Amino acid sequence: MAVDIIGRVIATGDRRAWVLDEDDDAWERRSTVRVVPPVQARKLAKVPFVELADGRLQGVVSSGSDAARVYVSSITAGTHGNSCSTNNNRPCGGLTDLYLCKHLDALVTEGIRQYGQERVARYLRVEVGEGKDLIDCLNSHKDPAPAAAVFSRFLRHLAYLEVPESTEPVPELHWFPAAGAVG
Amino acid sequence: MLAVQLRELVGAPEAVDEALDLVAGFDGSLTGGLGRMGDRQAAALSAFAGALAGSPLGGPVGEAAGKVVAGSIGDDRLATLAGGRAALLGAVHDALLERLDGALGRSRSPWEDRAGEPGAVTPENLLAGARSWLHELAIAGWRGVDHDLVSAAGRTIEGLWGEPASRRLAVLLDGLASELRASCPVATMERVPERRWADLWTRAVLLARAGSWTGDAEPVSGRLLVLGVDVHEHGTAVQVQVHGVLEPADGGEARLVRAGVAAAKVDTIVGPAVWRLLNAYPVLLAALAERRVLDVTDMPLTAGGDLLWREDAARAGEPADPFTTARVRLGGATAPSVPPLDRHPVRIAEPVLLEGYRYADGAVSLDGTSLEIDAGRLPACGPITPALVKASTACIGLVRWDGGRWLLQPLALQATVRKKPVEAHTGDWALGPTDPKVVKAEARAGDAVAVLRERAGRLLRK
Ligand SMILES: [Zn+2]
Repeated sequence: MAVDIIGRVIATGDRRAWVLDEDDDAWERRSTVRVVPPVQARKLAKVPFVELADGRLQGVVSSGSDAARVYVSSITAGTHGNSCSTNNNRPCGGLTDLYLCKHLDALVTEGIRQYGQERVARYLRVEVGEGKDLIDCLNSHKDPAPAAAVFSRFLRHLAYLEVPESTEPVPELHWFPAAGAVG
Repeated sequence: MLAVQLRELVGAPEAVDEALDLVAGFDGSLTGGLGRMGDRQAAALSAFAGALAGSPLGGPVGEAAGKVVAGSIGDDRLATLAGGRAALLGAVHDALLERLDGALGRSRSPWEDRAGEPGAVTPENLLAGARSWLHELAIAGWRGVDHDLVSAAGRTIEGLWGEPASRRLAVLLDGLASELRASCPVATMERVPERRWADLWTRAVLLARAGSWTGDAEPVSGRLLVLGVDVHEHGTAVQVQVHGVLEPADGGEARLVRAGVAAAKVDTIVGPAVWRLLNAYPVLLAALAERRVLDVTDMPLTAGGDLLWREDAARAGEPADPFTTARVRLGGATAPSVPPLDRHPVRIAEPVLLEGYRYADGAVSLDGTSLEIDAGRLPACGPITPALVKASTACIGLVRWDGGRWLLQPLALQATVRKKPVEAHTGDWALGPTDPKVVKAEARAGDAVAVLRERAGRLLRK
């Protein structure tokens, strides 16, 4: 048993879990509760950028043959319209009404790696039957979306790696503890 | 930290709970939105202002609360209310820290204002952009936040990142915006993290008034003995904060100091890979990984106890065991004062050494008095895991406070695993992981930082 600062019992036997979870009455009164679920580490070479944003699962897929070319692929939430083109808006030859191209395939695979299947399914509004793959449960059809907006979001994403250095301490980051150790 | 000290710590300055109830009232009005306050929210806001009546802020806060309740919500009034909320939490911080210092027998330097020359300033248009977004948030309330409102901050945040002088505000607003984006539409959220978001909003309003208040620094020289490393991280930022004892070269008293380095990042760079973002600081990282003392010469030190890290002012010296430092030097070291506007319970992070405790149910106990482990502060970039905490017998950690109780955040552990003594420190992997399993996983995933830097080099400068 443990007591907190005002003498309330805070730990009784098996009710203690390792992670302070949301079942807790004090959740609203904590400064450091975790709001955004952590993303999982994944290989970035093939799909350097995936996000759930603008009502789509969208991202950038490297071309297998040309290091200077990338594809912008997306699946719209709800309708599941598919789009894939180069960043210069040249349509991807692999995408038809019947088949997803390998870029969209890679986008979905890496999106699930990054966010987990449940989060992707919830965002795209797709029911994934037991033992089924999410990609097979989409109501897929071609529905070209402009690549420019996604591509510029990717460039903005990359720009974080080049922001000018600062050595000023950031006390505000005490609200953002690094977590995630397992074992 | 001895059993008798821990016993003195738990149990409370009484007014803390009352003050936090008033803060909760303010936070509730921010959840519903200042633009549509019901009677209950209005009463809570007035009670909050009433609590400050006896203080120098009493008049302005009371007036601002009255105007806001009446529907007249200007930037100045919001800033005044934010100032009042910060003052109330500052008082809570002071009561808690005084109790902690008292229990530990820790002496603390008094605050000295260092005017200094103004450093680089943030362009006014960026601060104005931040203020206008924070104003919209306050009117709409968390419950009124949707994608459009979150996206409205995009350009301002991008601009703030480009100005090193506004790094604190950039990091803070980006962190808040990404939480709001992930929670959109907030109206459908089951529970709103009221204290947290109101904290972040308040701090942002203050930073958006006139920029950062870090202040001037004075050069110091001496030996920096590392105690441990605290890591902070959100989707687009990581900060490594080293806690240590500085033995001044001039023979003055030993002081507790921090040395922090930070970098911008993206959300797919996680775990041990974050260290690679800090490769502009090879001296610091090597000293952490190899557990060496750092000899510093004319390194700037702020009044708040932060070394403004300069690689060219540091040299890694002889090996130094943090547990020896904690046993021999920590007890007598003087702690720095806290900059007035930084005073908030979340910033309490006092290094302590605990030995000979028992572990049970997520808490360690000394002679029957328990201290809960802060399980949400064990970073994936280091070797300290929940299992190791369970097996540990000695711990260098930070005493923290949140949600009405004291917590212990481990930074270094001595443990017995399969009958063998092991030691782990958060900074052990600063030059790369040393655990073969983690090394393998990292190799499989590839170097995320290198991949993205290559892409940036190819695409951003076309
Ligand atoms: Zn394609």
